[in-house]
This record gives sequence, structure tokens and C-alpha cells, in this order.
Amino acid sequence: MKLHTIHLNVNDEEQKVTVRSGDTLLYTIREQLGLTGAKPGCLNGDCGACTIQVDGWPMKSCLMMAVEAEGKQITTIEGLNNTPIQEAFVHHFAFQCGYCTPGFIMNGHSLIQKKPDADDSTIKEWLESNICRCTSYIEIEKAIKFALGKNKPSS
Amino acid sequence: MEDKGRESVMLPFGFDYYRPKSLEEAVTRFQQADQSLKEPMYFSGATEFLTLGRINQVYTEAAIDLKGLSEGKIIQFDQGYLVLGANLTLTEIEEANVFPLLTSTSKEIADHTARGKITLGGNICGQIFYREAVLPLLLADSQMVMVGPEGIKVKPIHEIFHERLLLQRGEYLIQVATESRYLDAPFISIKRRQQWETGYPLITIAALIMENKLRVAISGLCTFPFRSKEMEGALNNLEVSPQERIHNALASIPGPILHDVEGSSDYRLFVLENLLVDVCEALKFGERE
Ligand SMILES: Cc1cc2nc3c(=O)[nH]c(=O)nc-3n(C[C@H](O)[C@H](O)[C@H](O)COP(=O)(O)OP(=O)(O)OC[C@H]3O[C@@H](n4cnc5c(N)ncnc54)[C@H](O)[C@@H]3O)c2cc1C
Ligand code: FES
Ligand code: FES
Repeated sequence: MKLHTIHLNVNDEEQKVTVRSGDTLLYTIREQLGLTGAKPGCLNGDCGACTIQVDGWPMKSCLMMAVEAEGKQITTIEGLNNTPIQEAFVHHFAFQCGYCTPGFIMNGHSLIQKKPDADDSTIKEWLESNICRCTSYIEIEKAIKFALGKNKPSS
Repeated sequence: MEDKGRESVMLPFGFDYYRPKSLEEAVTRFQQADQSLKEPMYFSGATEFLTLGRINQVYTEAAIDLKGLSEGKIIQFDQGYLVLGANLTLTEIEEANVFPLLTSTSKEIADHTARGKITLGGNICGQIFYREAVLPLLLADSQMVMVGPEGIKVKPIHEIFHERLLLQRGEYLIQVATESRYLDAPFISIKRRQQWETGYPLITIAALIMENKLRVAISGLCTFPFRSKEMEGALNNLEVSPQERIHNALASIPGPILHDVEGSSDYRLFVLENLLVDVCEALKFGERE
């Protein structure tokens, strides 16, 4: 196995890790950095449970190798603290078992930052990237809209 | 759960990872690895590399990441052409929205988050045969810019794309260039899936009108995306009724029709027939008066 020692910027902290070329970022942040918020689901890019933020955009961390992430700003669910989207998920009970929740929150958080004026079709387009086996979709949509509304300066 | 996760969140083979900074360095890396029998491969988004690699459908001992090449990241108008870098992600292409037909087709590929990683070049050169992003380029007679052991080559897409991009050993796609006049041509792109609202198509059709002629390109009907002169000839024969045109077009499909879990071949034909009606209606093509 080929090893690389790389620097990753995770949740505003510089981390030095030694990774194999084929390690996914999901593997590295969970197993080496101990940040287990991003969840392994399908490992195939389909479910969104592993979603984190890379340079402000949502990213399925099973679709990225750790070696690709050098020089990028990585944010995981552990890097969020009392953000509007987290409060909205609690307020609207937007989860049941909670397995998909970090992925949905990271995607929703990026949406609020990148598209503060998102309309219904943009919200739908973004959220379609994540699957909730407990089918909390209605509550999740409410939470996202609530957080988007709170984020608007006018409201 | 945890143990299964450990096993499966990395690729099952070791390889050298290179991230060249110049066009030439990428080719040199490939050639050196080739000489060492390392089965080198280029990649850009790496999503197919990871998902197929995980299940042993891709193997390499030298992976050359093209993302560091600035030439592959450009969005630029140059001498009447729009030049798009092959390493642009589909999201970057959509956000720039300089080629509305490409935006419209691209927006239906995979899902929003995955499109932030899948690249234009990866979609066109991928093993997964839908390659939907190529449809607009086929319709717009785009030029493909490739780099390889013989330097930079520019070829019309119709010369170099037959079912797949016919790259020589050690060659990679770096840019695609499209004449500006195609960017504002009337178009439509429709994707029909068997289920869900993201992911692979049952059939995707993209269509464009240029010089009063209808052009169509299709993915998901055969094991390759295509644009067919015979089908377009049939659709543009305004001497016969609209039904006959579509009937004749269906008789000119350039390969066996897919018959799989997504849909039977008969069902695909039925869907295509309706799609052709929808395309003609939406573009008001072939209407009398
Ligand atoms: C969740 C998900 C959903 C998907 N849904 C769709 C869909 O709806 N429609 C569709 O068409 N596809 C779909 N795909 C398939 C996807 O578009 C292809 O797998 C594509 O190859 C991924 O692009 P990439 O940039 O990540 O490719 P990579 O993994 O980087 O490369 C894929 C292949 O292309 C080659 N390659 C990459 N870039 C170049 C280049 N510049 N020059 C030469 N060769 C190159 C590589 O050698 C490799 O063989 C989906 C994929 C995923 C993960
Ligand atoms: S685990 Fe990454 S998308 Fe499912
Ligand atoms: S809350 Fe259980 S998977 Fe979404």
C-alpha cells in the first residue's frame, strides 16, 4: 500500500495524517481523526449519509479520496455549533433514528450558505442527494425552510 | 457495522498517486508508469474510480489525477468558441450556465451533491455508458481537445466519439470547444427514469434546432450515447406525416435496444416514441403553416 503524509484542514484545525492512496476521506475522518459524525451508508455515492462540506459545498466523503482533499477547507458535523440548521432540526423533530441526520444537516447548511434565496425547486434539487430510511422527509423540508427563513436578513 | 465499514471505505488495491501540474507532466507520468507495467489511468472527479474500484471493476497501480491542470478548469470565450475545461465539475458548469443546453442535461445527471465531484471529462470518458454530458456536445458539433504523447490534438467530436471517446494510449481529454452560435439555438433536454428523481436514465434525449433542422442525441437506448444521421434524416423529412417521420426514425436506431432491469426494449421504444413527439411539440418542429 502506498502511504502519503498529508495536511488536512478539518473544522479549522490543521491535521497531519498518513493515508493510503485509496483511503476515502470518509474513512480518514472517521478512523484516523475520530470524527464519526459522517456516516458510512451505501459507500457508492447514493445515500448522502457521509456528506460533509468541502470549500463550502456539500461533498459525499465516500466519493473523495483523502489525498484529493489536501489544501481544501473541510467541515464535518462536529464543526457546526448551534447553527440555524441544527436548531431547526431539533425544533421540527426532523429525524427518527438519526443516522442520515449529519448528512442532511451538512447539505442543508451548505444550501443556506450558498443559496440563501433558494426557492422550492432548488431546495428539492439539493435535498434529493440524501436518503432518509425513516422517511422524515416532511419534517426535514420544514426544518430547512425554517432555517433558510431565519437566515434571511429581512425576515 | 463498524467492521464492515472499515473494510469497505477504501480501495482494495494500492497505487501510486500523482497530481501533475502541467499537461506534459501528466503524459510523462503515464508513459513512465506504463513502461513499469503499472496499468496507469487518468482520472478527474474520481467518483467512478472509487465506486468501480471498490468492487474490483477498475484496477491501477498508478492513478494520475488531472485536477491540478489549470487548462482543464477554464470557462472562456475565444475566437467564436466557448472553451470548457474537462476537469470542471458538473456543478461548476451549471453555476456558470454559459451553455444552456449543457446545463439542462447536466442538471439531471446523478444528484446535486455528486455533481459537485463528477467532472465533464469523467462523464464523457467514463465506463458507465450513459455519458449524458456528451449529448449537447454531439448536437453542437463540438471540438475535443486532447493531450497525449504526440502533443495537443483538436478533433471534431464526430471524428473521435463513436460510442465512446476514442483516445489513444496515454491520451486524455483536456477541453471541449463549442461554436458560440450553438449556445443560443432552441433546445430541449428530457430525461425519463424508471423510478426516483436522481440517477441513471431509462432514456435521455437532447435536441437542438440549427438551420431549421432538428438534431437529436440519445442516451440510455443502446449501450452507448449517440447521434444518428439516419434518425435525423427521417425526422427532418417534412414530406411525410409527423407520425411517419417518428416511425421512420424508430426504424433507424443504430444498435440493439437495451433490455434490462431499467426497462424492456419494447418499453424503451414506446418511451422514445413519446419523447420524439414531445421534442417536436416543444420545439414546434415540423408544424404545418
Ligand atoms: C451517484 C452517481 C450517480 C450517477 N448518475 C449518472 C447519471 O445519471 N448519468 C450519467 O451519465 N452518469 C451518471 N453517473 C456516472 C458518472 O457520470 C460517471 O461514472 C463519471 O465517469 C464520473 O465522473 P468522474 O469525473 O468522477 O470520473 P473519474 O472517476 O475521474 O473517471 C472515470 C473514467 O473516465 C476516465 N477519465 C476521467 N477524466 C478523463 C479525462 N479528462 N480524459 C480521459 N479519461 C478520463 C478515467 O480514466 C476513468 O476511466 C453517476 C455516478 C454516481 C457516483
Ligand atoms: S455513504 Fe456516501 S453516499 Fe452513501
Ligand atoms: S432519521 Fe433514520 S434514516 Fe433518517
